[in-house]
Amino acid sequence: MTQTLYSRTRSPEIEKEIAGGGGGAAMRVIVPLQGVVQGRGGLVLGSIIPCALFYFLQFYLKRNRKDTDDQNNSNSSGQNPNPRSSSYGKLSELPGLTRSLSRGLPSPRSLRGPVFVSGRVRGIVKDSDSPYYVGLRRAKEDPYDELSNPNGVIQLGLAENKLSLDLVKHWLADNAEQAILRNGKELSISQIVPYQPFDGSMEFKVAVAGFMSQVMEKAVSFNPSQVVLTAGATPAIEILSFCLADAGNAFLVPTPYYPGFDRDIKWRTGVEIIHVPCRSTDNFNLSIAALDQAFDQAKKRGLKVRGIVISNPSNPVGNLISRGTLYSLLDFAREKNIHIISNELLAGSTHGNEEFVSMAELLDPDDSDRKRVHIVYGLSKDLSLPGFWVGVIYSYNEEVLAAAKRLARFSSISAPTQCLLVSMLSDAKFVQTLITINRERLQSMYAQFVAGLKKLGVECIKSSGGFYCWADMSGLIRSYNKKGELELWDKLLNIAKVNVTPGSSCHCIEPGWFRFCVTTLTEKDIPVVMDRIQKVSETSKLNR
Amino acid sequence: MEFTRKNSRQLLSKIATNDGHGENSPYFDGWKAFDSNPFHPTQNPHGVIQMGLAENQLCFDLIKKWILENPDASICTAEGIDKFRDIAIFQDYHGLKEFREGVAKFMGRVGGNRVTFDPNRIVMSGGATGANETVMFCLADPGDAFLVPSPYYAGFARDLRWRTGLDIVPVDCKSSNNFRITRAALEEAYEKAQKSNINVKGVIIANPSNPLGTVLDKETTRSLVSFINDKSIHLVCDEIYAATVFGSPRFISIAEIIQDMDCDRDLIHIVYSLSKDMGFPGFRVGIVYSFNDDVMNCARKMSSFGLVSSQTQFLLAAMLNDEEFVGNFLRESSKRLAKRHNVFTKGLERVGISSLKSHAGLFFWMDMRPLLKEQTVKAEIELWRVIINKVKLNVSPGSSFQCSEPGWFRVCFANMDDETVEVALERIRDFVLQGKEKNHASEKSKHWKNQNLRLSFSSSRLYDESLMSPHMMSPHSPIPRSPLVRARN
Repeated sequence: MTQTLYSRTRSPEIEKEIAGGGGGAAMRVIVPLQGVVQGRGGLVLGSIIPCALFYFLQFYLKRNRKDTDDQNNSNSSGQNPNPRSSSYGKLSELPGLTRSLSRGLPSPRSLRGPVFVSGRVRGIVKDSDSPYYVGLRRAKEDPYDELSNPNGVIQLGLAENKLSLDLVKHWLADNAEQAILRNGKELSISQIVPYQPFDGSMEFKVAVAGFMSQVMEKAVSFNPSQVVLTAGATPAIEILSFCLADAGNAFLVPTPYYPGFDRDIKWRTGVEIIHVPCRSTDNFNLSIAALDQAFDQAKKRGLKVRGIVISNPSNPVGNLISRGTLYSLLDFAREKNIHIISNELLAGSTHGNEEFVSMAELLDPDDSDRKRVHIVYGLSKDLSLPGFWVGVIYSYNEEVLAAAKRLARFSSISAPTQCLLVSMLSDAKFVQTLITINRERLQSMYAQFVAGLKKLGVECIKSSGGFYCWADMSGLIRSYNKKGELELWDKLLNIAKVNVTPGSSCHCIEPGWFRFCVTTLTEKDIPVVMDRIQKVSETSKLNR
Repeated sequence: MEFTRKNSRQLLSKIATNDGHGENSPYFDGWKAFDSNPFHPTQNPHGVIQMGLAENQLCFDLIKKWILENPDASICTAEGIDKFRDIAIFQDYHGLKEFREGVAKFMGRVGGNRVTFDPNRIVMSGGATGANETVMFCLADPGDAFLVPSPYYAGFARDLRWRTGLDIVPVDCKSSNNFRITRAALEEAYEKAQKSNINVKGVIIANPSNPLGTVLDKETTRSLVSFINDKSIHLVCDEIYAATVFGSPRFISIAEIIQDMDCDRDLIHIVYSLSKDMGFPGFRVGIVYSFNDDVMNCARKMSSFGLVSSQTQFLLAAMLNDEEFVGNFLRESSKRLAKRHNVFTKGLERVGISSLKSHAGLFFWMDMRPLLKEQTVKAEIELWRVIINKVKLNVSPGSSFQCSEPGWFRVCFANMDDETVEVALERIRDFVLQGKEKNHASEKSKHWKNQNLRLSFSSSRLYDESLMSPHMMSPHSPIPRSPLVRARN
């Protein structure tokens, strides 16, 4: 009885969570509920009650949603937050519950009211309220500077690497004039100004392919004709999403994942993401069992899964995917006949002793499964040039390449930038120095930051790649759920003035994890950050 | 499991496998003919001349001079390098402040400084292609439609529809009133769409018009605005040719029109680009300028899918803020365009080929109706194939712009040098004069000609995909020439 009462009082909260964050958020409520109920009634009840509750809430929400949707549709055709998937109308989320027709039908064109913008506009308004974007904005508006703004917000939420910019700058100082201006003698305006191939010039593709194999320590050689260049990794991922899935289809994506994926993979394509939860008990490594389970769940919901999107090294956790797991992934993809998008944006930014294995390394030339593998790369992380917006699609599938080349028209790289980078990447000696020194600096920065957090009693997952520490701050949150996590995030941002990324923004299934990006700092910033975090952690502990 | 070709196709999306890119259309045959046999004054004097590419090459010398005189703008010198750190990591999708200011100032200047543009409303996009698509993504959902006055830019079919899932409803404009957009035609198309249960979300127009090269007058634009305002649908103005106007009446931006009109500004959106006005297609700068805050914010978030590299933003910021250079460039550019336009149209008039009166754009709208065997699209295509394969000029037939009347052709004139212009004119003259003689020619020779045509057409099958994207513009195309084409020479 007490249990039911407790659950009832909690139910509005659950409802809010579900409405706000989908299934992942609901799980975060169920986990702590299990903890509470376990103490009183045992494991079985603890699992069944929340599950049943969740089921009925879905039922309840479904009925409510139908009503609001009916209203929306009669008001205006453009008000549906995800018009693409609704117009395809194949979804049925729970067995036994058919999807209401009002969502399944295309917008009723005969009904005319005030015409407004598309459904996508509404989707993004909600999205920009997420802590990830709120934090980024705050840090941008009031940036910390040791001298001019010592009380500003320290940016630890943006994945950019400032550690080795000096090296790139030196190279440019010595060589850039030659790269574009050719000493003023033979500036070839016809290479810069007129229409160029939309998917990148061949010279640039050769340079990028060379850079990629240099970054991956010559373990793989990349074929320039399998390269499509885009204006950043964001369009690269979106283009692959457009190529591999129709609106209403789904990709499996292990959580926690990069918050931007929700925009890149889903927003304009209408493709869905199925979360594959990774847990702290496995050090957030991907398990094939979880993948299998997510695939089956998607199937039950009537969703057609078209692929898996992995990030290796992972963002936000920073761990690498082992060779064994990669092979199992390939097997899994073959068995289910789906694609693999391997996001290897951070391949050159590894700093541990673990070996980085590219998906490309696994594929034999005569392997027919090559056609399902597509690698995403870019120069924003490993070359520390996010502003230059260079993204790479590397695919073994000719048809995907053909389509991607045509889609690259919507997001091409400016020609002068290509010219500049061709010279830079062709300088193999410089590239080698940059990679080596960048790794050293990354390693040292990471070690110092982890040590600093450890002193505050905060442990990080051991990571070998990327710009991040993935820290367990669950000891500092007041309630073990998303709300508690966001309370702490809010304190870190507004009291400690440190912008970090809460795990819930990355759809982490466990509350209390935070991503700290360490490459935006200098060494002397570390004590300042630690001081600030300590203040918050002390008050948090007192309040517990 | 056998991973066959068929199987892999099934694994791809509709977008990846359908024809939405438009590159399988027969109109790409002209490009293929050019790519396989490009004209060069000395190395290939009998090659095909590219007159299907709206590229502004007349002022490359001015751009080159500026870049060489301002090396720090390319972050390529000791002075420029100091800015490097900020530039390299600049990943804010709002764009560099100086860049936005430069673009806003430039847009204002092109509009005759009668209206100012707010730098904070400038949203970046991957070329006008990306900008048009972005606006569509923001304004409409799959299945919705936009009214587009025809003839319209062939790429609209791809940019507005391919990934967005939208439809285009053409609004037929007629030569009888010089292809003007009338309220009646708009109403008619709108009603028709309504009757077929199509949800019309807006109208998109290109001003100055591509392919016509005409500029909308004030009255037409005002009636357009009142039309969309009455229907409460959007108006997207593609103004990417704004600075190519070389006569009067002057170009009037929609931003100026709505200043003294009572209309819902939330419905007005501008697409701009530097590809045509400055002749920078390689820089991939597209701009969305919306008066609607929601659309602006949404488009800005979408700009992540097509951002301009910070290095290029920096370069352009310096260039566009150099008022002396910009003023000089705009004056010189329109002078050179006027001259070129004049040479072409006058040259054609001398052999009795007229064209639609125009004073903008990088092209004109040539009237070949007298040369058609019959007034049908079929006859137009037939004539077009003769022009490509015999006259060896890649011009674009009106039907590729969805023109409702056969016999019109778009001729681009700014992507070549003066010598090439002469050769092109000479070829057209010869062709027209020949045609006059041909009226007396025998059936037999006609027959032979047809056969020859068919042969050369089939040769284009040798060339696939990437060729169709306009990147083989150099006269030294690396593509091996088809044996068939060579044999004919």
